Amino acid sequence: MAQIPIGTPVEMTFRRMRVDGWKVVSEQNSAWVVKSPNNQITAFGPQCTHLGCAYHWDEAKNEFVCPCHNSLFSIEGKVLGGPAPRPLDQYETKVQGATLLLGRLQTPPEQSA
Amino acid sequence: MRAHWNRINDWLDHRTGVHTAVRKFLYEDIPASSGWHQVFGSVALFLFLVQSFSGALLAFNYAPTPGDAYNSLRYILTELTGGRLMRGLHHWGASLMITVVVLHMIQVFLFGAYKKPREATWMVGVVLLLLTLAYGLTGYLLPWDNRAYWGTVVATNIASQAPLLGPYLSRLLGGQGSIGVVTFARFFGLHVLLLPPATAFLIAVHVYLVRKHGVAPAPGDELVPKKKFYPEQVFKDTMAIFAAFAILFVMAVAARVPLEQLADPTDTSYVPRPEWYFLFLFQLLKLFTGPLEVVGSVVLPGLAVLALILVPFIDRGQMVRVTRRTFAFSFVALAAIGWTGLTAAAVITTPKEASQVAVDYSAPTDWMELSSEELAGVGHFRQENCVSCHAVGDTGSKIGPDLTRTTIHRNAAWMIQHFKSPAGIRPGSAMPPIQLSDSQLNSLAAFLLKLNPQNATALSTPRISRFRARWSTKRMAATHAIKSMVWVWTWVRL
Repeated sequence: MAQIPIGTPVEMTFRRMRVDGWKVVSEQNSAWVVKSPNNQITAFGPQCTHLGCAYHWDEAKNEFVCPCHNSLFSIEGKVLGGPAPRPLDQYETKVQGATLLLGRLQTPPEQSA
Repeated sequence: MRAHWNRINDWLDHRTGVHTAVRKFLYEDIPASSGWHQVFGSVALFLFLVQSFSGALLAFNYAPTPGDAYNSLRYILTELTGGRLMRGLHHWGASLMITVVVLHMIQVFLFGAYKKPREATWMVGVVLLLLTLAYGLTGYLLPWDNRAYWGTVVATNIASQAPLLGPYLSRLLGGQGSIGVVTFARFFGLHVLLLPPATAFLIAVHVYLVRKHGVAPAPGDELVPKKKFYPEQVFKDTMAIFAAFAILFVMAVAARVPLEQLADPTDTSYVPRPEWYFLFLFQLLKLFTGPLEVVGSVVLPGLAVLALILVPFIDRGQMVRVTRRTFAFSFVALAAIGWTGLTAAAVITTPKEASQVAVDYSAPTDWMELSSEELAGVGHFRQENCVSCHAVGDTGSKIGPDLTRTTIHRNAAWMIQHFKSPAGIRPGSAMPPIQLSDSQLNSLAAFLLKLNPQNATALSTPRISRFRARWSTKRMAATHAIKSMVWVWTWVRL
């Protein structure tokens, strides 16, 4: 936990099992993990909620930027601009000691458009 | 001898009618005003045949599954005799075919050749244009590189926005959740099984209708004697076909067909862009945000297609000379300006990095000499992000040892054991076990045994530089416990 800087999103990759048609595949995926000052962890899904392009963190602007149609998201995942219809999707998270568990990817219910 | 030959011909004609049909086809009456402006239909038909032929040759050596598509394409490009030419013909042929089909439609539109009684001919032509675009959309995914993957992510998301039909379309294309084997199989099935016979059938209907109603005459043609399709127009069509093939061949030989990194859903630095002929639609979406999004993605393109189909019923006036069709010319000019402007804006706003990720798979020479198994190892090497911890010559991270150092290679058996249990082979190693099958580990080991400081430069793409710039302490995690059939809890050690 100590390695994640407070207030700066970090992109992390992990491996997950997914049912893909007729087979179960083990595949890599990623999440943007944010640690707040009170040590709360939020893990965002890696795709823009507009058309699914991969977005990135722009340190200079202090916001997430999607390069496809310029959707902008705050560090909390809220839409700041562009065509994104809803906030960033979030993984369910659970911290066990030094281990972060990521669960289902879902739209934050309180922020749904 | 000649009498013998004539007897054979007569026999064949009597049984099949082929000579009579050919004669009727060649000596059909066409208007005196026919000329070079009417060659585009024949060129489009020729390009369809080129696409069918080159596509069939590619299919003989292409494995249509996400696991093998990329490596089989690399095999086609690097090992198969004429493979690069075949892919070049198929790739550039698609662009040329769309260009020629659009030119054909513009010519028919400008001349008003869709007017009564040729309405059905025009409408079948519009459907053929849509089928041609559908080839571009479904074929885009098949190389299974980053460009294909992310382009299809965007395309399936756009389809899912369609009013009412969106969720069904998304489900039909297999794009729910993420792009995988289902989407791939359906796109491949559409591209090679459904679209070609549909196109062939509609081309047959289109040509039949053109022959039934004859080539559209210009006003005043009725005062001039008609001419025959052969030889003058056949010569012009043939010359145009030769010119088109010459352009296509030069492009296939001289212009490199893009093939990027293996599709990587975790590559968040990738900027997706569609093929050039869809860029205007991509850019159009920037103009419609929020609830109006569906207007740009579905409603406007849908209305445009509907208007195109209904053109013969909107413009029901008498045929006039092409030089007097000012409104048609203005409409085409406006459409061309709009298309060019949107496309140019999309190109200008594309970050430079997006156009720099193509892999130079032709150099250096050592790279070309890798076997197909070793090339498969390259795919696993990229998929497993080995460079996120290991140095590869001057690039990559410095956490693990440099993979180009031959002293760490030992032999394949040792490497495979090491991949499976790094800490077991090297006590204290922080490297996580690699979760690949034995055959995949075999390929990875085969590739690493060939990796040296000289051929490692071929791996020095912008992609690897980006990895180096990323957070270097990332850890790939192993499966923890199954949460559901679709998702599992996974852990990331922090």
